[in-house]
Amino acid sequence: MTWKQVFTSSVGKKLVMGLTGISLVLFLIVHAGINACVFADMVDPNENGEMFNKAAHFMGSTVLIRIMEIGLFAGIILHIFQGYLLTLENKQKRSVGYAVTYTDGSKWYSRSMGLLGTLILIFLVLHLYHFWVSARFTHEGLAPVTYNGVEMHNMFALMQATFTEWWVIGVYTAGCISLAYHLAHGFQSAFRTLGVHNKRYTTLLTTVGYAYSIIITLAFIFMPLSFKLGWIG
Amino acid sequence: MLNAKIPTGPLENKWAEYKGHCKLVNPANKRKLEVIVVGTGLAGASAAASLGELGYKVKAFCFQDSPRRAHSIAAQGGINAAKNYQNDGDSVFRLFYDTIKGGDYRAREANVHRLAEVSANIIDQCVAQGVPFAREYGGLLSNRSFGGTQVQRTFYAAGQTGQQLLIGAYQALERQVALGNVTMYSRHEMLEVVTIDGKARGIIARDLVSGKLERHFGHAVLLCSGGYGNVFYLSTNAMGSNVTAAWKAHKKGAAFANPCFTQIHPTCIPVSGDHQSKLTLMSESLRNDGRIWVPKKQNDTRKATDIPEEERDYYLERRYPAFGNLVPRDVASRAAKERCDAGYGVGSSKQAVYLDYADAILRYGKIEAGKQGKVNASQEEIIALGKEVVKAKYGNLFDMYEKITGENPYEVPMRIYPAVHYTMGGLWVDYELQTTVPGLYALGEANFSDHGANRLGASALMQGLADGYFVIPYTLGNYLADEIYNKSIETSHPAFEEAEKAVSDRIHQLMSIKGKQSVESFHKRLGKIMWDKCGMARNKEGLEQAIKEIQALKKEFWSDVRIPGEINEMNTELDKANRVADFIELGELMCIDALNRNESCGGHFREEFQTPDGEALRDDAGYMYVAAWEFKGEHQWDLLKETLNYDVIKPTQRNYK
Amino acid sequence: MEHYHMNLNLKVWRQKNSNTKGDFKTYQVKNISSEMSFLEMFDVLNEQLISEGEEPVAFDHDCREGICGMCSMYINGKPHGPWQANTTCQLHMRAFKDGDTIVVEPWRANAFPVIKDLTVDRTSFDRIIQAGGYISVNTGNAVDGNALPINKDNADNSFAAAMCIGCGACVAACKNSSAMLFLSAKVSHLALLPQGEPERKTRVLNMVAQMDKEGFGACTNTGACEATCPKEISLTNIARLNAEYLSASLSAEK
Repeated sequence: MTWKQVFTSSVGKKLVMGLTGISLVLFLIVHAGINACVFADMVDPNENGEMFNKAAHFMGSTVLIRIMEIGLFAGIILHIFQGYLLTLENKQKRSVGYAVTYTDGSKWYSRSMGLLGTLILIFLVLHLYHFWVSARFTHEGLAPVTYNGVEMHNMFALMQATFTEWWVIGVYTAGCISLAYHLAHGFQSAFRTLGVHNKRYTTLLTTVGYAYSIIITLAFIFMPLSFKLGWIG
Repeated sequence: MLNAKIPTGPLENKWAEYKGHCKLVNPANKRKLEVIVVGTGLAGASAAASLGELGYKVKAFCFQDSPRRAHSIAAQGGINAAKNYQNDGDSVFRLFYDTIKGGDYRAREANVHRLAEVSANIIDQCVAQGVPFAREYGGLLSNRSFGGTQVQRTFYAAGQTGQQLLIGAYQALERQVALGNVTMYSRHEMLEVVTIDGKARGIIARDLVSGKLERHFGHAVLLCSGGYGNVFYLSTNAMGSNVTAAWKAHKKGAAFANPCFTQIHPTCIPVSGDHQSKLTLMSESLRNDGRIWVPKKQNDTRKATDIPEEERDYYLERRYPAFGNLVPRDVASRAAKERCDAGYGVGSSKQAVYLDYADAILRYGKIEAGKQGKVNASQEEIIALGKEVVKAKYGNLFDMYEKITGENPYEVPMRIYPAVHYTMGGLWVDYELQTTVPGLYALGEANFSDHGANRLGASALMQGLADGYFVIPYTLGNYLADEIYNKSIETSHPAFEEAEKAVSDRIHQLMSIKGKQSVESFHKRLGKIMWDKCGMARNKEGLEQAIKEIQALKKEFWSDVRIPGEINEMNTELDKANRVADFIELGELMCIDALNRNESCGGHFREEFQTPDGEALRDDAGYMYVAAWEFKGEHQWDLLKETLNYDVIKPTQRNYK
Repeated sequence: MEHYHMNLNLKVWRQKNSNTKGDFKTYQVKNISSEMSFLEMFDVLNEQLISEGEEPVAFDHDCREGICGMCSMYINGKPHGPWQANTTCQLHMRAFKDGDTIVVEPWRANAFPVIKDLTVDRTSFDRIIQAGGYISVNTGNAVDGNALPINKDNADNSFAAAMCIGCGACVAACKNSSAMLFLSAKVSHLALLPQGEPERKTRVLNMVAQMDKEGFGACTNTGACEATCPKEISLTNIARLNAEYLSASLSAEK
């Protein structure tokens, strides 16, 4: 049994999906946590995103986190490629299809992980273009801001500027809803793939999975909406 | 006179003596010896696996798409073994005694004793294979009691014991396939035995997918092809269960023993109409709590629940006050038939009686209410509690009944009717399980040896596995030890050519008839003749009539059957036609055998031979023998007798009153 | 339960053999009793076809009591038809009403090639078992059946997995044509018993390898298999298989 075999068998490929999926689940918690700093502005109108900018600066300037970022991107890319590969391969296992397809036995979103993933990917491209590309490379639209003598990017202002068009809000909302459904299946499926089979844990993980999908998604949707509606900034 | 080759010496030492002195084949020679196994049920799969483990080159054949489908899988209740785990006085001798008595003293003592001896090994073997038998909380094997015995010796896996045992044997078989010791031929049907110099040397099989005929050589041929209950068209057998392999062997010289011994099971779901294709068994355990009745009025069309208590005839309780609803299988079956024939049957077909749980529900409900301290429980509460208890005991059976009939057995009484489900007769075999053709063996339900005139519950699984795992590996070696001097014969040998031509000619003849009637319609007509005249009760006049009718049916079949499609392709109608043609011939022999046996014993009930109160009347002086029939030509058989000697057990009249 | 009769339109997949392309043919059957089983309705259709000089529809069936696993029809978009925890042979016509159109297809999966009409080749399942779905014990080697007590829960769970009838409905239902429910039922059955322990690791690795070789897809945990399984084999078994696979592959010597 070579390492290659471990990860290239049908079960192994799913292991890769599950492991990368769970790492992305963890990443989303961090992401949502940092983003939630923008809501400090709602509490204190003079805050103007200071907390958020500091948090973003910390994330962008800490070496360890930058190394983890490479891992994150590797994970995302692996998840995407493996996902498409699996979808494609699985489709090829039935050359002649059914005249009437079987839909009763499973949730639509569990059967549509490829489609949902693609929607998320489209959103992701836009999202990275909006924030990550400018923060890391072009610095386009990023004004400097100084707190306690430390100069950093005013990411808060960039968000404010980005979330002015309704279509952007629409795309972000659609992306987040796709994510919710993707997670609703992906969360518990990942743990099953990793072999969690005791009923007490599977029941727990299913519930936690649904809660997670809803909470994370609502948190993300709330941000652009808050900017647009002027609740923040 | 047939020689069963029973070893000499005291009964309990015979098998040990045999094993100690039978010839052996050394491992190097085993590799050169080829064995053909036809059928992959409990007997076939266990034999093929065990012989493969020993090192023989085995070829196994089944007509289904996988060996795991064989009808052994449908056995529900359990498997007997003289383990005495319950410390309730069981022993090898008691199992042996119960089986001989249950068989109404028409089985061979030496075989049955051997069966009882190896029964304990079967359980060990199956547990080691991973058969998930039911267990107690302490982790040890659980037992339950079964009809006709006073000890708890039945091992079980819920209601699917046959399935679990077969899967155990199937897994052992597939392991040998993986190791290259067994070659598996699924979707193949054996259509002829090839004999050379009087010995069985191979078979002709038809690939049911391509339709091509194949020749296969074997130093020995084992037939493990099951019973022939489908001769009645409607039975609890699988649709594909057939007599063809055994019948071909019979026509090649193997004697067919006691063909008229068929077992009719009293608690089956009744026929619902002319469309019915098969019958489903409901576990006999239902008779423990249910009450059986019919209306007192003929052709009563009221709903069961509308018929008041005083207009119901609990005919078993009336006729057999001592045993009531728990009379033996054959008595219960015949009593139900008698009521229905007299016009008291219920349901749309009028061929059914009620099995009522209303009383049991009330009884259990009251006990339960008492346990829970509900002194003033209302009738509704009691019924609800009772239903819970009944559900816990029989829930899966009630569910199955509802699925098939669409009726809720908790609310309305179930309808039941007897049905054919096992055949005690089969190819005659000696102590070594060899038929009258050297090198040709028969195992499991395909042979006649262990159950006499009536089989006890939970014994069929035991016999199939005993034959395959623990008997044939020894007895076959005793024969093959002399075969090491004989090289494999090329299948271009004239005997193979001739056999294949005979098969091919018959198939071409069938296809060329191009008549008007379907195979199915002939099978149904045969079944009706057999059921009416050679079924639960038989008489001389009816049997004579049946023989004439079957002969006429055979003629009609061979001149008017319609088989669409081609020979060299998958052709399910042709497969069926091959089988039905053999069933028709077997049907005639069954009637001849039933006519010959002027007595009633076990499953064979001749109306002329009964005690004044309607019990089976055996004639030990005249008929304590195995009737083995030798095929002599169309409609012609010679009767060979094997006298049954009871050295240990003294036969008595079975009295269940 | 009231009995009734019905006329039906049947759209049935007809295919001469594995080398030819098939298509749907439409047939009418009349006066079908609600008490018939689905296969008995097909018997009526076949008798009708034979009388018209046509070839009957080939379909697999044997025990007709829901245990042998041979029957395999995909009826109106569901393996084994509309009832839960049921096989084709146990489906009865009271599930339908007069005038219904019923579409009947064979199991579809590359690993289950069509042989003829509604008959498919499921020998791939046998080969998966050959790869390790057994306990290597020769006849005659067994110790006493009670020598190894087995925890009742494990024995019961093992039995629940061993109830699999190998019909292939899980594969037919799965959008990926995955055989994981079948495979996991066998792995669970044997892994939960002490007798299965010695071969526990090689078994799961070899069986998964064979499943992949046969051309079944990967499991994405949609649960369609569990929903259609006539014996209600639980999806939990698949998770258990994953655990077995992970532990076996991580602890492999080489």
